[in-house]
Amino acid sequence: MIVTERKPLDEILEQLKSDRRVFLVVCGGCPEGAKTGTVEEVEKLKSELVQAGKEIAGDVRIDFLCNKALVGTRLSRKLAQLKQTDALLILSCGIGVQATAQITGMKTHPALNTINMGGHQGLFMSSERCMECGECVLSYTGGICPITTCSKSLLNGQCGGAKNGKCEVSKERPCGWQLIWERTHELGTEDRLMKVLSLRSYTKWDFPDELRTTVRWALEMEEKPKPPEAEPAPKASDKKKKEKAQ
Amino acid sequence: MSLREALASGRFVVTGEIGPPKGLDTHEIMEELEDLRGVVQAVNVTDIQSSVMRLGSLAVCAKMVQMGIEPVFQMTCRDRNRLALQSDLLSAAWLGIENVLALTGDHTALGDHRDAKPVYDLDSVSLLRAMAALEGGKDLAGNDLAGAPKFFKGAVVTPCADPVEPQIIKLEKKIEAGAQFIQTQAVYDPRQFEGFMKRVSHVKLPILVGIVPLKSAGMAKFMNANVAGITIPEPLIQRMAEAKKEDRMKVSAEIAGKLVKEMKPMCQGTHLMPLGWTKIVKDILRIAEIPPAGN
Repeated sequence: MIVTERKPLDEILEQLKSDRRVFLVVCGGCPEGAKTGTVEEVEKLKSELVQAGKEIAGDVRIDFLCNKALVGTRLSRKLAQLKQTDALLILSCGIGVQATAQITGMKTHPALNTINMGGHQGLFMSSERCMECGECVLSYTGGICPITTCSKSLLNGQCGGAKNGKCEVSKERPCGWQLIWERTHELGTEDRLMKVLSLRSYTKWDFPDELRTTVRWALEMEEKPKPPEAEPAPKASDKKKKEKAQ
Repeated sequence: MSLREALASGRFVVTGEIGPPKGLDTHEIMEELEDLRGVVQAVNVTDIQSSVMRLGSLAVCAKMVQMGIEPVFQMTCRDRNRLALQSDLLSAAWLGIENVLALTGDHTALGDHRDAKPVYDLDSVSLLRAMAALEGGKDLAGNDLAGAPKFFKGAVVTPCADPVEPQIIKLEKKIEAGAQFIQTQAVYDPRQFEGFMKRVSHVKLPILVGIVPLKSAGMAKFMNANVAGITIPEPLIQRMAEAKKEDRMKVSAEIAGKLVKEMKPMCQGTHLMPLGWTKIVKDILRIAEIPPAGN
């Protein structure tokens, strides 16, 4: 299970500053277990958004947004709704956000932060990757992750090392920040690149305490094989005798 | 006069560059520094350039302060996390180093310790912000400092990158973060540089155009194939190819001098990166009709 947590509402609204009509895409996979994509959570988010003056154009729940074929087929049925939408708000790990951004070519914003692989990875056979930084910035980078596509995981733009669109590390590897610039250029959202994204918090990599109380956590812990029977501890009286003898 | 004052005076300013050695045999950089003394305003000291482990920039800069040669402390984000970077900034200020150039830094995969962990806890933008924070008497975590440093904060840009827009966006972010002067990646095409300067005409900071004197046709071809943001026009490569081996320094100085002369009206200075050929810096400046810095 990939562990996610809800972004604070203020941050979601900051991302959605220039978007009014929002369509929600919810991953029915891991966010269910992490309690970030449950029906109650989605309804709560929706009402918070409406209260903040946003309009919900619609929503869809897709089991595993990391499965691009599935995302493509499910979203194609919603094209009419999508066309009248300013942006997509995605409740999934960073892979789901990137996959949806790539398939739809629309503005996408993450509603969750991906913080931990939790011992099991989702499906990601394509180029989208998530390193669970816990501070998802995909809203500002055209739905392409700078942590995983840039070999230096730079947050504030291209270094001086790109040549012919390729990274200095390998002539085969595209420069992540060039991909990001091209995508935002296509979307007309280059101005979002001016936001200074600084100072990642590495404490985000911790597994949150509240998730340790979930059913999944309990199941995993109970399934743990018991350690082999320990040899009976020597009796205290025996130990004393030994010490005396010495 | 310091680099800060020289640039503020409005005159055309020249900076040089040296790279510390791998080991403690420093006689070559000491000679290079003597070549540059009084000829350039200040000398950049590279920070583990090309990710090849070597003597540190901070130590060499401190030595230069003692020698009376103004250093520009190059600082990359590749090898230190935010604690070490801030601590080294304080150390620099305490050692009398004012000029700091913020760089991302070449990836570890390009160097001689390829398995090393690339850090990049900060990037060039957040490093500039860290400097500004320290100047304001606070560290990045918001804690008070007992005694704040003062820096002259530099940043870099690649004017001939293709596409150049991502470079300009980042330049704007660096300026917003507090950069006070700009040194550029090497430029070999004045027309292209002119185009770049037009696109950044809203930038009010002094920009020093970068020049790497060519050493041979082979080096030029290698740079064209491998070095980011550098395109050396064919006629220049041809001139180096035609030069006799003993004339190469002369031809190189002529090419570089002419480039500086042509770009002089477009910017506020030039940053010469002679890669050891400090002997030709005087010639370059003579051909470019620039008087020596004189301190």
